[in-house]
Amino acid sequence: MNVKTPSKLEKIFAAGHVAVTSECGPPRGSDPDSIVKKAELIKNHVDAINVTDNQTSVVRMSSLAACIRIKLMGLEPILQMVTRDRNRIALQSDILGAASFDIHNILCLSGDHQSFGDNKQGQNVHDLDSMQLVQTVRYMRDEGKFLGGEEIKRPPRMFVGAAANPFADPFEIRVPRLAKKVTCGAEFIQTQCIYNLDRFEEWMKRIRDRGLHEKVYIMAGMTPMKSVGMARYMKNRVPGMDVPDDVVKRLEGTPKEKQAEEGIKICVEAMERLKSCKGVAGFHIMAIEWEEKVPEIVEKAGLFPRPAVD
Amino acid sequence: MIVADKKPIEEIIESVKEFKKILILGCNECVTVCEAGGKKEVGILASALRMFFLNQGKDVKIDEQTLERQCDHEYLEEIRDVVDQYEAILSLACGVGVQFTAEKYHSTPILPGVNTCFLGATEQRGLWTERCQACGSCILAFTGGICPVSRCAKRLLNGPCGGSSKGKCEISKDVDCAWQLIIDRLKALGKLDEYEKVQPIKNWSTDRAGGPRRVVREDVAL
Ligand code: SF4
Repeated sequence: MNVKTPSKLEKIFAAGHVAVTSECGPPRGSDPDSIVKKAELIKNHVDAINVTDNQTSVVRMSSLAACIRIKLMGLEPILQMVTRDRNRIALQSDILGAASFDIHNILCLSGDHQSFGDNKQGQNVHDLDSMQLVQTVRYMRDEGKFLGGEEIKRPPRMFVGAAANPFADPFEIRVPRLAKKVTCGAEFIQTQCIYNLDRFEEWMKRIRDRGLHEKVYIMAGMTPMKSVGMARYMKNRVPGMDVPDDVVKRLEGTPKEKQAEEGIKICVEAMERLKSCKGVAGFHIMAIEWEEKVPEIVEKAGLFPRPAVD
Repeated sequence: MIVADKKPIEEIIESVKEFKKILILGCNECVTVCEAGGKKEVGILASALRMFFLNQGKDVKIDEQTLERQCDHEYLEEIRDVVDQYEAILSLACGVGVQFTAEKYHSTPILPGVNTCFLGATEQRGLWTERCQACGSCILAFTGGICPVSRCAKRLLNGPCGGSSKGKCEISKDVDCAWQLIIDRLKALGKLDEYEKVQPIKNWSTDRAGGPRRVVREDVAL
């Protein structure tokens, strides 16, 4: 097996398994139990757990601290890091901090604009962008050096990921953009939540046309709808989200108390369909504040039990 | 040009209400073009303040003057003889003009009468938009002549982010996505393949990050 890091996620991919990840959002407080409880809910059904970094620009417990908690449980965290809040000094420093706990996965993001969050009047940093952060982690790992050129004692050994949104505009550069992330050194990709399967498959086709699926592991992003209200919100309010009318209609036609169940069904059906989409190497399930449903989704999608790798 | 906007009148009143003799000092350059601090705005503000003080039953002398530039020693000299007649100067120039005036007339309070906003252009009458943040190391040659530093809300050098939707930025439907504009322009130039060149990590030391900046030109120094 040809792997570059000790990452369990990388090993799962390298062994040819369909990988499954999910995410835990850290709490709006310092209670350590909340992250541990969330991780407990999903730990047997996923290979690795993303920990979001002040998602939607709302202040939460630091992603790194929550990752450490998860690591101490013997699980596999994926450290999400946005370039919004930290300059290159802080980013490199946090990467080292994570590496000191043998956190072996990182997802490099630019982050939502702070105007979405609870500190709208704050500055943003954006010293690097997400692609440059990918380059930075790869450089630190592969060259064993800081951006400043000095040698790192015990460099980080991280499997490096990035996000992709197949549904944002302009569509024509969505594949070139992924190609750019691969050039920068991204090794796995987690996509935005997929509801428009046709458009996603079109994107994947263009990825295959360029052979990019052989250079990077692409994980399809899945978020089950809890209700028709959520579907409408995602459709109309979340920038870069593509929710086709038939998804909204299907939930509209479902009695209120059955909508959550229907949402899970839609999600599982999509996963079944995308399992046979060439180039999809795994699934990233973002069940926002609904972590308890992740095991059910994974099981129904036929992805349980999770494989063991060493 | 430097684009400024009017300060709320309440804020201006709060800053000048203790003074009895005030000079409102306009500037004939950028702030005139963006209709925030030229001769016309000096006149309007002077009338408003006179009205306010009159209603308060206060006898306050308010004079008006507009200089060619407040960011230039030479023009600032024009008020040297009269400065002592005033307890305060309310400058409607940009922040540069306000400071330059203050530096020259060290013992006179100089108050800002506008909010200095950005480097931009008049898109249409009544609408000014940002174009440059003076990062000190221009990359427009690589971005189709459109600046992601000033026009992308996340100043992404390798954009767009996942929030670009129908040509607009995730922060507001009123804001164009700079990267959509860049891509449209690269396409028009037949250079879309250049999009895939990764922009390297930027040296921000020429930006405000490097501390107060100077341009030193020995070739033109006296
Ligand atoms: S790249 Fe820098 S100098 Fe050039 S337009 Fe943008 S902010 Fe101004």
